[in-house]
Parts: sequence; C-alpha cells; structure tokens
Amino acid sequence: MTWAVKWLTLSAQAMAEHRVELIELDRAIGDSDHGENMDRGFQAVLDKLAETPPETPGAALKLTAMALMSKVGGAAGPLYGTAFLRAATTLGDAAYIDAAALAAALAAARDGIVARGKAESGDKTMVDAWTPAVDAAAAAAANGDTLAVLIAAAEAAEAGAVATDSLVARKGRASYLGERSAGHRDPGAASSALILRAAAGAAA
Amino acid sequence: MTVRIVVVSHSDKIAEGAVELAAQMAPDVMMVPAGGTSDGRIGTSMEKVMAALETAAGADGVVVLTDLGSAVMTAESAMEFAEGSGTVLLADAPIIEGLVAAAVAAQGGASVHAVRRAAEATHGYPAPRPKAENYPAAATAGKTDGKGLGMQPVADGPAAGEPGALAPDASGDFELVNLAGMHARPAAKIAGGLSALDAEVTVNGVDGASMTGLMTLGAGKGSVLHVEAYGPDAERAVAYVAAMVRDGFGEP
Repeated sequence: MTWAVKWLTLSAQAMAEHRVELIELDRAIGDSDHGENMDRGFQAVLDKLAETPPETPGAALKLTAMALMSKVGGAAGPLYGTAFLRAATTLGDAAYIDAAALAAALAAARDGIVARGKAESGDKTMVDAWTPAVDAAAAAAANGDTLAVLIAAAEAAEAGAVATDSLVARKGRASYLGERSAGHRDPGAASSALILRAAAGAAA
Repeated sequence: MTVRIVVVSHSDKIAEGAVELAAQMAPDVMMVPAGGTSDGRIGTSMEKVMAALETAAGADGVVVLTDLGSAVMTAESAMEFAEGSGTVLLADAPIIEGLVAAAVAAQGGASVHAVRRAAEATHGYPAPRPKAENYPAAATAGKTDGKGLGMQPVADGPAAGEPGALAPDASGDFELVNLAGMHARPAAKIAGGLSALDAEVTVNGVDGASMTGLMTLGAGKGSVLHVEAYGPDAERAVAYVAAMVRDGFGEP
C-alpha cells in the first residue's frame, strides 16, 4: 500500500473510531453532525479507492476531494474537499514526494481552507490546527525527511486543536454562541488533527 | 438563448420551489435547481451542483444563486472543479428575491454580469450615488456648459453640492396608470430591464435595478416615479421606464 492510500485508510479508521467524540464536540458548539459526516465521507473515500485504485498520490488526493465534497454535506465537505484538491494540484503527477513537496502540499491545503472558509487564525476553526501544522512542516522540511515533516505537522495540529478550547468562535455556526463557545474544542480542528496524525502514522 | 441560472439550496424543495416561482416571470430562462444532498437529506451536494452546472453550461454564461453558509462553499468548490467551462458567476444575493430579479433580467436578454448585478441589487442597499470619476465624459460636459460642479440647484437631488456630484444625464417623471401600481411584477420588469443597461438609475431615490428597492416605494396608481439616470445608456433607461409605465406594465 502506498503512503497516500495508507494515509486515507488510517484517516477513515480514525473518523470511525472518533465518530462519537466528534459528534459530542459538535453538539456543544455546532449542530452535532461533524462526526457522522466525516465518518460517512471517509467511508465513501474508501469505496472510491477500492473502485479505481489511484496511480499517484495526487490522484488519490483528488479522488478524496471529490468523495468528501459529495458525501460530507456540511461545511466540512467543501473545506476538506478544497484542501485535498489544492494539495493534489500541488503534487501533480509526481510518483515520489520529498519533504519539500509534502510541506508545499500541506501549505496549499491550508490555503484552500482559508480561501473557501475565509477564516483567520484565532477564529476557532480548522485553520487553527492547519496553520501551526504548515509552519512546523516547513521548518521540519528544511533539514528533515518526509516522516519528520509529517510528525511535526501532526504534533503542531494536535497542539493547535487543544488551543482552540479557550478561543471564542468567530466563524461558522459556533460563532452564533459568542462567548459561550469558549471552553469547547473546535470539532473541525479536532478532525484535522486526526487526519494529520494519520498522515504521520502512514509514513512510519 | 439567455443567461442560465443554477439554484443551490440546503433543501431540494426550496431549490425546486424557487425555480417554479421565478419561472412564472421568466418562462424562457433555463433554471436548474440543485438542492439537498444526493441521498435526499438537508445539505448541499457537490455532485448535484456540478451536474446542474453541466446542464446549465451555455454560451451566454451561468449565474449561481445560493442560500446559507455551506451552500456558498459548495458552489464555489464546484466552480473550482468545473473551471474552464464558460463564464460562471456566483451572486451574493437573497435566494428568492435574487433569483426572481436575475431571472427577469435574463429573460430581458441581460448579459451574465448584468444578471448577477440584478440579483445582487436585491440587497436593497441605498442607490449608488454617481460620482464624476465614474463618468469622466459627462463630468467634462458639465463643466463646459457653465454649470460648474457644486453650482447645481439643491433641487437636483441629495448629492447636489457635494464634490463630484453630477446632474443626471437624463431624467423624467411618470405617473403610474395600472390599478395595482408598483407590485412585484412591475418592479421585476423595471429592475430587469434597467440592469441590462449601462446606466446608474434611481427611481424616487432607490436603485432602479433593485426589485426589492422599487417595491419598498409602495407606489400605487397615480403615484409619480421620478427617474434619474447617469451613464452612456441614461436616455434609453429613462425611455424604458417611460414606456413600461405608459403601458401599465401590460396590466389593467
């Protein structure tokens, strides 16, 4: 199994395992569908991977983008879909990904999320997991291998997700709660951290 | 052929119903609903939106109307995927009012940009105040006839006397003769026709390209519409409103 396919497979496992946890996080500050949506979306990704096995990492990520956008339904669909699509475009037809290409793909994914959702750092969204991950990946790519890049990204994303606990939401449905959104972790940041941890797990 | 319209809603029923409503006023415009998820739940579906964009693709372009939050993101994502298949513009407008105004504009033969503008004018923002820099030719003409800027009589409108304010390039007063006055269909006809022209038009101070703006006038039979138009098509714009009003919008 290639790294990309393994990453997506581990992501699907993580979404299934953490489905209830993500639902609970979303129940507190959203509409409690994030866990179910992400689980359904990644199950669709697994179906697509089995149907048409991708030949390159870029092709795998593009297929993922399409499946997530079609099956997730909520805001997470277009956001993750755009992230995977932009990463796929950055990787192109390359069969081999080095540390620099990986860091660039993560940055493109984050830029896609920002472009689509118009959120900034500190708004209590998935951007708060992705931006620290992208920064850590870029630093690690300067003198590390792909595994180092992915581990750095995963650790930074997890720390970023935890740091959303104290933030007041300024985007999405959680922002309707105002100050009351503080004290809860952002579900999108939490699922982002799970996906980036799966990426590191696939490379180990 | 006309500009075509795709309607993206979280609800299949809203998308279908909005299209049904707008089709009453724009029978020749292709409008494609894309509501709900592919398995019939509330939500938005990339597959549905992309299929709708494919159905609607045409030489005159497509305008996309959306409802809440993630519908906008889904529409933008579908447009990113479908990149390169003709002009597709996303309108930032309320879905029902925007769709009706857009459909009427498309029915009237407006360009894709004018159709989007017609939809967005339903936000009901105050009428744009024409500035000299928008129409440099008109500004020059105003100076040569001795009416220096800032010297217009105050009666010319709220903008008179401000730097950059201009007298209208064309204007007129027209009395409503139809029984029902300025209700939805006349407002849609005026807004749709005006949004296809290269002119900034106010009707009793509201944006003439805004269907909802015109409806807020509450102008009944016997009311007078004061029309001021600025820009290259100013005279055509005033003539268009004059003809519509004189004809009673085709109503008793």
